[in-house]
Amino acid sequence: MTIENAQKDIIDNFLFFDDWTQKYEYIIELSKDLESMNKELKSEDNLIKGCQSKVWLHAELVDGKINFLADSEAIITKGIISILLNIFNNRTPNEILSSNMDFIEKIGLKEHLSPNRANGLSSMYKQIKFYAIAFSKT
Amino acid sequence: MNLSFDVDSIRQDFPILSKKIHNKPLVYFDNAATSQTPVCVIDCIKDYYEKYNSNIHRGVHSLSDEATNAYENARNKIKDHFNINESKEVIFTSGTTHSINIVSNGFSKILKREDEIIVSGLEHHSNIVPWQMMIKNNEAKLRVIPLKDNGELDMDEFKNILSNKTKIVFLNHVSNALGIINPIEEIIDISHKNGAIVLIDGAQSAAHFKIDLQKLDVDFFTASAHKLCGPTGVGFLYGKEELLSRLDPLMGGGEMISDVTFSKTTYADLPSKFEAGTPNISGVIAFGKAIDYLNEIGLDNIEQYEKSLLEYANSKLKEIDGLKIYGDTKNKTSLISFNIDGIHSYDIGSILDKFGIAVRTGQHCAQPIMDHFGIDGTVRASFSFINTIEEIDHFYESLIKVKSMLS
Ligand SMILES: Cc1ncc(COP(=O)(O)O)c(C=O)c1O
Repeated sequence: MTIENAQKDIIDNFLFFDDWTQKYEYIIELSKDLESMNKELKSEDNLIKGCQSKVWLHAELVDGKINFLADSEAIITKGIISILLNIFNNRTPNEILSSNMDFIEKIGLKEHLSPNRANGLSSMYKQIKFYAIAFSKT
Repeated sequence: MNLSFDVDSIRQDFPILSKKIHNKPLVYFDNAATSQTPVCVIDCIKDYYEKYNSNIHRGVHSLSDEATNAYENARNKIKDHFNINESKEVIFTSGTTHSINIVSNGFSKILKREDEIIVSGLEHHSNIVPWQMMIKNNEAKLRVIPLKDNGELDMDEFKNILSNKTKIVFLNHVSNALGIINPIEEIIDISHKNGAIVLIDGAQSAAHFKIDLQKLDVDFFTASAHKLCGPTGVGFLYGKEELLSRLDPLMGGGEMISDVTFSKTTYADLPSKFEAGTPNISGVIAFGKAIDYLNEIGLDNIEQYEKSLLEYANSKLKEIDGLKIYGDTKNKTSLISFNIDGIHSYDIGSILDKFGIAVRTGQHCAQPIMDHFGIDGTVRASFSFINTIEEIDHFYESLIKVKSMLS
């Protein structure tokens, strides 16, 4: 599935819900799907700046694809990370670099996530792209 | 409940309170970050720009006269409200941060290597950084008053670190992270006996009770208008005349000089020496209006009403299983800093926002306090006289829902 299609799927899933409580409950559900992250990987180096709650993101290149591991102390953030990784995990650097992220507006989360928190999200996306740039050079 | 206090009619003074957040009435519990603005203060700013906008202290024309009078009148209001001896001891600044920088910069050349500055362990970041910058220049030492387990300052330890090397003692009157009222009377007294001067940050205290600066005999004191129902970007620094006269200004520019040649500049007298450039004229005038507004309600009434809000909120929140309050001491302003077991403060704040409730989450620019409690942050609900018992009930019920969603 392409990055674009993965985002479409997520948007479709969120269309089922008509109020924010359900959307949030779904996000909280998704947080539980996140693969757990080793304590050693929750290092200062992997910490993303610009998020209100601590967020760690680690990446490795395996067979030309980027493997991401991420975690947060806040469950809502964790749910959002889970969505992000659903979209961007196991992609080649080029796929990531040529992608756009537009699902946030389309699932009606932007109006609910304050700029502060949305900034956290864009910091995460930026970091994902940084990794893609770094790996595309190796 | 205090019957002379009509919160419903007071709320009518605040246009923002009719706002809806996610289709719910706004419940504003972030008063410690910035207070809301009554319509009389908003009108005052509008009035200035519509009727007498012009530069002060410079023109011979009538408009400039009018603006200058209003500006100086605001200075007198601050002087009267805080019982300051002379209006020239009131310096208008852009806020508490600016005021602190005036003092730390002013003492930068006066302090020497062997000198010491004491700050409290309850400080906002903005209260630590200016001194760290200052001691880079003069190599003086920064010492910290540690906290007791409950978050209060350890006064025994304070007496231990205070010595004849101590030149400046600096702390907030009320902690922004916990709401604890510090025993500044005692601290000022002991510091003076040791020959140290004292600067008090009143950013979190001035809105909640009456403060008499001459009675306190404090050397410097500062507060920000935006926490006192006034506009953002304005505040004042009080300093005893003799001390202010000794300090070099932080900024050079127009207004603050009396004589300029290319070889030498003579500084103007107080307060102009510290007010370089065109100040926030409308802001200062509106700050004066905000002080009038608070006095119309009466700070004693405000104090009493907020106390009842705090007591009620305390008892409600303590009913919630797993909720822990930090800095739950006797002497507090109407602010509750808390966590719920197993739930991150960010998650609580995000969901509360959906219920229309504005709280602050995180470290509150006070990481050392969070480290003291071994936590990452808290949820901070700060109440003011515009809040109601019904809002606290809604808060309580929302927290119960948050808990069931998140655990
Ligand atoms: C105790 C304390 N000191 C200083 C400040 C900084 O005030 P300002 O941003 O108005 O300069 C604040 C504001 O949050 C505060 O709470």
